[in-house]
Amino acid sequence: MNRRRKQSLFRWVVLVVLGVFFLLPLYAMLEFTTRGADGRTAEVWKTLVDWGQIQEDYPDLSTGIIYSLEQAALTAVLMLVLLVPTMVWVRLRLPWLRRPMEFLCLLPLTIPAIVLVVGLAPVYAWVTYLISGSSLWLTFAYVILVLPFAYRALDAGLAAIDVKTLSEAARSLGAGWGTVLWRVVLPNIRSAVLSAAFLSVALVLGEFTIASLLNRENLQVAINLLGKSSATISVAVSLVSLVLAFVLLFALSFVGGRRRSKEVS
Amino acid sequence: MTGVEVALAGLRRTFGTVHALDGLDLTLAPGELVALLGPSGCGKTTALRVLAGLEDADAGTVTVGGKDLTRVSANKRNMGMVFQAYSLFPHLTAVENVAFGLRLRKISGAERTKRANEALELVGLTAQSGRYPHEMSGGQQQRVALARALAIRPAVLLLDEPLSALDAKVRVQLRDEIRRIQLEVGTTTLFVTHDQEEALAVADRVGVMRAGNLEQIGPPEEVYSRPATAFVAEFVGLSNRLPGVVAAGGTVEVLGQQLPLAQSDATTPGAEVTAYVRPEAVEVAVDSTSEATVASSAFLGSSSRVTVTMPGGELITAQVPSSQVSQLAPGTAVRVTFARTPVAVS
Repeated sequence: MNRRRKQSLFRWVVLVVLGVFFLLPLYAMLEFTTRGADGRTAEVWKTLVDWGQIQEDYPDLSTGIIYSLEQAALTAVLMLVLLVPTMVWVRLRLPWLRRPMEFLCLLPLTIPAIVLVVGLAPVYAWVTYLISGSSLWLTFAYVILVLPFAYRALDAGLAAIDVKTLSEAARSLGAGWGTVLWRVVLPNIRSAVLSAAFLSVALVLGEFTIASLLNRENLQVAINLLGKSSATISVAVSLVSLVLAFVLLFALSFVGGRRRSKEVS
Repeated sequence: MTGVEVALAGLRRTFGTVHALDGLDLTLAPGELVALLGPSGCGKTTALRVLAGLEDADAGTVTVGGKDLTRVSANKRNMGMVFQAYSLFPHLTAVENVAFGLRLRKISGAERTKRANEALELVGLTAQSGRYPHEMSGGQQQRVALARALAIRPAVLLLDEPLSALDAKVRVQLRDEIRRIQLEVGTTTLFVTHDQEEALAVADRVGVMRAGNLEQIGPPEEVYSRPATAFVAEFVGLSNRLPGVVAAGGTVEVLGQQLPLAQSDATTPGAEVTAYVRPEAVEVAVDSTSEATVASSAFLGSSSRVTVTMPGGELITAQVPSSQVSQLAPGTAVRVTFARTPVAVS
């Protein structure tokens, strides 16, 4: 009993220390954005919830936000389209390829963004020259960037079901490969797909290095730019994007938690 | 529904250096249930998977109802399959699982539900139709898998060790039920198992496989009582390996007794062989003048297994009614005789 109480006390201490560590900077940001010439003002936040106002006053920010959302959505979709069928196929037909594929997918984690940029710069120079300089082309670089996280999430999901037996059962019942993937595999790795997508979105929304060094536009580049002219609004936007990432991660743990409780019952 | 004929001809399949199938020929008569029996790695599961289209054969043909299916992919073969591992789709209820194959066949809603419920009724699970796989026991899951395989009215039913993940009592129950249902629907069925009791209990014919080919195929009684080879004698049922000498007239002399030979193409008279004698063909009687003594006994319920040490040092296992075993305490002098049932030799 005594030991249990000690443990719970320890838990609370850890929670409070970490809470202060994480929340204090956020609070400081909030405090900063509400500073006015005389006392508190919600001026910045009023601007932020008014999309028309943002477009008018901070055009760079509004394009940055749109690009980032588009990049996030495209990255998540492209990553899933690329990774899910490949991983299922490797599990079913080319099991010897699993190790090399895992290595390949985790590789971007070990390469610093700056090194990636050095490699990507000439490629994107050609893309700009041949097609266009749109910031949406960054999607392809981002797919590589999110591979390690997405791979891990999907791999855990696929490991939790017997892909081979389920797909063989579906095939014996008359299902083609498309049906196997869409109607049998996907519904059973739904939470893994969701976490992979959430992680990708969170990562893309927070990406700065590649976009900035390749002279493209996204949310973080816009925030950085804005920080030089309008500090309060840039801090407010940073706060929003941080909170959004938190919400995504919370949603992710909720998805994972629900799956676990379902498995137990 | 009536079954169709299934013919596997000259099937070969190699994994690396292992010949999983080595020119296998097997024909199933319409509506017949054939059990393939053998130790692990003998190729029985490969044979079933080649028939299902889940594995390609290096050579040979698969013919079902006169149609050559060798190059047809698994999803176009119309075969129902029950797997060793639990194979129900976790995100679908029992009835949705059963309806899955019907849906792919574009059968309309009402008809689909009707047929799915009929299939569930066949396996006695109507009450569980709304349950998810994780809410059902292993036995129930395998029943639903059987219903799912039968609902599509397959040309052939394939059972890949469907009972091996279940506990003993459920296994016997479901085994008998599979046979009942198979007789009812009349689908030609291939049943793969490593459990000889299972094979002997349900099959019209039992095929014993070894190293990618059939060692013997025939009705259960024949495989059991007249094993074609020493391998079959040893694999199907327990056998005592005893030295014998082939005598004239299709008999073999084992420990001073003449016993009929199981194989017709037996070795020449006078040859020294190993004879395989079933424990139930060994009779043990108390005889104080005998030099053979009881070494040990094991109680198995209605019968018991008694091991006797012969004067020459050989150990012989006999199966006796448990009512007699009280007289056969270890050390008791006994006389051993053999019933005149055919024995295999090698």
